[in-house]
Amino acid sequence: MQATLSTLFKGVFVAALTLGLASTSTSAEEFPSKSISYIIPFGPGGESDISARHQQSHFKKLIGQDLVISYKPGGGGAVGWSQLNSMGKDGYTIMGINLPHIIIKPRQKDVGFKTDDIEGFYIFHYTPDAIVVTNDSPFKKLQDVIDFAKENPGKLTFSGSGKGTANHLAQITFDKLAGIKTTYVAFKGTGAAVQALLGNQVKGEWGYTSVGAKHAGKVRLLAVAMEERHPSFPDVPTFKELGYDIVSGAYRGIAVPKGTPDEEKKKLSDAIAKINADPEFRKTMESDGFALIDIPVDKYDDFIAEKTKGYVEAAKSAGVLK
Amino acid sequence: MAALENLLAAMSPMNFLLALGGVIAGTVIGSLPGLTATMAVAVLVPITFSMEPASALILMGAIYTGAIYGGAYSAILLNTPGTPSAIATTFDGYPMAKRGDGDLAVTLACIASVVGGLVGATFLLVLAPPLASVALAFGPVEYFWLAVFGLSLIAALSEGNLIKALMGGCLGLLLSAIGVAEVSADIRLTFGSQVLVGGIETVSALIGLYCVPVLIDLVATPDKHLKVSTQSKGLRLREAFSISWRNKFNLIRSSVVGTLVGILPGAGGSIAGLVAYSEARRSSREQEKFGKGAPEGIQATESANNATVGGGFIPTLVLGIPGTPPDAVILGALLVQGVKVGPNLFTSEGSIVYTFIWGLFLATILMLPTGLIIGRYAYRSIIAIPKALLVPTVAFMTLIGTYSIRNSTSDVVIMVILGVLGWVLGRLGFSASPIVLGLILGSIAEQGFVQAWTIGSATEDLFGMFFGRPISLAIIAMIIISLFGPSLVRLFARSRANEEKQP
Repeated sequence: MQATLSTLFKGVFVAALTLGLASTSTSAEEFPSKSISYIIPFGPGGESDISARHQQSHFKKLIGQDLVISYKPGGGGAVGWSQLNSMGKDGYTIMGINLPHIIIKPRQKDVGFKTDDIEGFYIFHYTPDAIVVTNDSPFKKLQDVIDFAKENPGKLTFSGSGKGTANHLAQITFDKLAGIKTTYVAFKGTGAAVQALLGNQVKGEWGYTSVGAKHAGKVRLLAVAMEERHPSFPDVPTFKELGYDIVSGAYRGIAVPKGTPDEEKKKLSDAIAKINADPEFRKTMESDGFALIDIPVDKYDDFIAEKTKGYVEAAKSAGVLK
Repeated sequence: MAALENLLAAMSPMNFLLALGGVIAGTVIGSLPGLTATMAVAVLVPITFSMEPASALILMGAIYTGAIYGGAYSAILLNTPGTPSAIATTFDGYPMAKRGDGDLAVTLACIASVVGGLVGATFLLVLAPPLASVALAFGPVEYFWLAVFGLSLIAALSEGNLIKALMGGCLGLLLSAIGVAEVSADIRLTFGSQVLVGGIETVSALIGLYCVPVLIDLVATPDKHLKVSTQSKGLRLREAFSISWRNKFNLIRSSVVGTLVGILPGAGGSIAGLVAYSEARRSSREQEKFGKGAPEGIQATESANNATVGGGFIPTLVLGIPGTPPDAVILGALLVQGVKVGPNLFTSEGSIVYTFIWGLFLATILMLPTGLIIGRYAYRSIIAIPKALLVPTVAFMTLIGTYSIRNSTSDVVIMVILGVLGWVLGRLGFSASPIVLGLILGSIAEQGFVQAWTIGSATEDLFGMFFGRPISLAIIAMIIISLFGPSLVRLFARSRANEEKQP
């Protein structure tokens, strides 16, 4: 126990020393001149973590500094986002943000932050919504799902990750567009929703393209909610092709504490853009089922405003928002 | 021959060092309350990017194994589970330490952990693909019943104070409902406070409810923390091995229970330990000794929780669904490495998987010498440090540990409040364990119930959903045995005695 204690003390001492040194470094240097703290407001191992880990391995190579990932989970992200603006405003602290979470949560109840409080500077990818079924499912194409649901209203069960989430809102939107009624069963996270699908506890899953990539060989996608087909799934049609106007998913971006200088924000935005443009990064992200998009700092506000309209409407008809 | 090749690859000097270093680091981290196996593995992820996938897996697996064992030290010596997996270790470990058998308890925990780890790794090596289907057979309703079974242990642990234990369990269930509900996204019982939005974090609740009362009592009483026998008895290895040999069936049964629970995603080491503990108690001829320092209790929990390591890797590697929270981190690291998990992993990338599994065996075996040495050192330090130093040191660790779980000061406040509450309730005769059981199992039960109810209503077969599935029925039978078994046995014994009196 003594050994463990002294290790702990050493750790604290070193951390204090690093902090002390860090604060004395001059701002005249080229930004970033030291490692950047990247906080994920979810637990380790989730998709937010995995996409951040992909960025982490390229950040060092392209930008020359370390990206240090830490976690602040709780309240579906609310714990982290409500504390974001009280953190260091020198550009060396950034935090992952997720849509629709930062739009829906603060409109449900006071969770300590408002959508406008979040100073996002980049949306770098999204995992498109998709209907996933097991390989032995009788549903071969989207029309089979619609036919079954029309004959058996409410009996078709879909698993999905959480309520008021991208999965849930996509299910509501699709039911409305197709004129059907299905039952959505919320699970804790995508992993549990896939487990229910593979175990035949439900007939299908409102999941993401990443589910198709991760569980290739056991599941197939019936349609994806993208503008164009996903490069990893050239045979899977988009909802749009089939006549249903749904382009949606879980968007991920990064924010800084309010008050961070515009110059640093711009540089961070450029850094993320550089990683997004890296062919190797693109390849690994796409083979994991992610879809890359580029919403840099100057287009962020318009993007949020546009997405807010769609999400709020879907959430209202889902009963998630009043 | 391929098997031999992979075995040799696992024994390469680099992998050997990674396994050794991983186990040592894991044991130390796991012994500190608040520093969990999940965090230990997460911190390592960036380091593993530059490694071969098999080496990365060995390092992370070794840390994970070590951390689960390390949780036993603080459970035995400070009555504080270092990780949630070690909750049931406190039941008998701390009483043993109090009466001066702390050294024996630590050695027993080490042997049990090694046995459990080896059994879990054996299942992973031999039966992984077929066993993965167990994870899929468990639907929402099975999780619901499993959680109810876990809650029924409150009755077994109540020690004659059933009403108080049930009240504690209800308090735990209420605590579990605080914050954002996982499946409905409702925000509940926060009373407008943002401190509570994130809910009650399990590990900080463990630290508060178990450790703080011990600290308060240490300050309030003049006695020494642990009784120390006058002559140093060393590791008491011979004694520990003979107890372990006598209880070999308990060890094997608990290891199998641990492996099976480990396969179920979302259940984890805490439930494995509790189920194995209650099974050991139920099948023991000396039930009354449990909770008062029975070695069997420590052996059951520690072998079961280390078996979840191998068990948890089964759905992780075969299905790509993490069995336990540390597995989720390891899965993420593998994805970044470009390794695609799934049933094909065992054939297409067999060399990675089997090298890793042999590495896990190696790490588990290395845990015996390292665990015994570190355990000896931990025990000696705890009894040698004067109380005036021990209390502030441990108090400081609880604060740092709680904060570090999710970098949250709210958690520290909640931990201290729960700690004081736990001490007051303890004086009134309520024990911490029912509260903790309610807190951990409440959300599993709730999610399973809501999901089963939703699916059952949609398919218009609610009764069949809850009472018509074979695995559910088996768990319900276990619940009935656990609740009414003891009284039935007593009834039976009494009627037998009556018969014998009247020939």
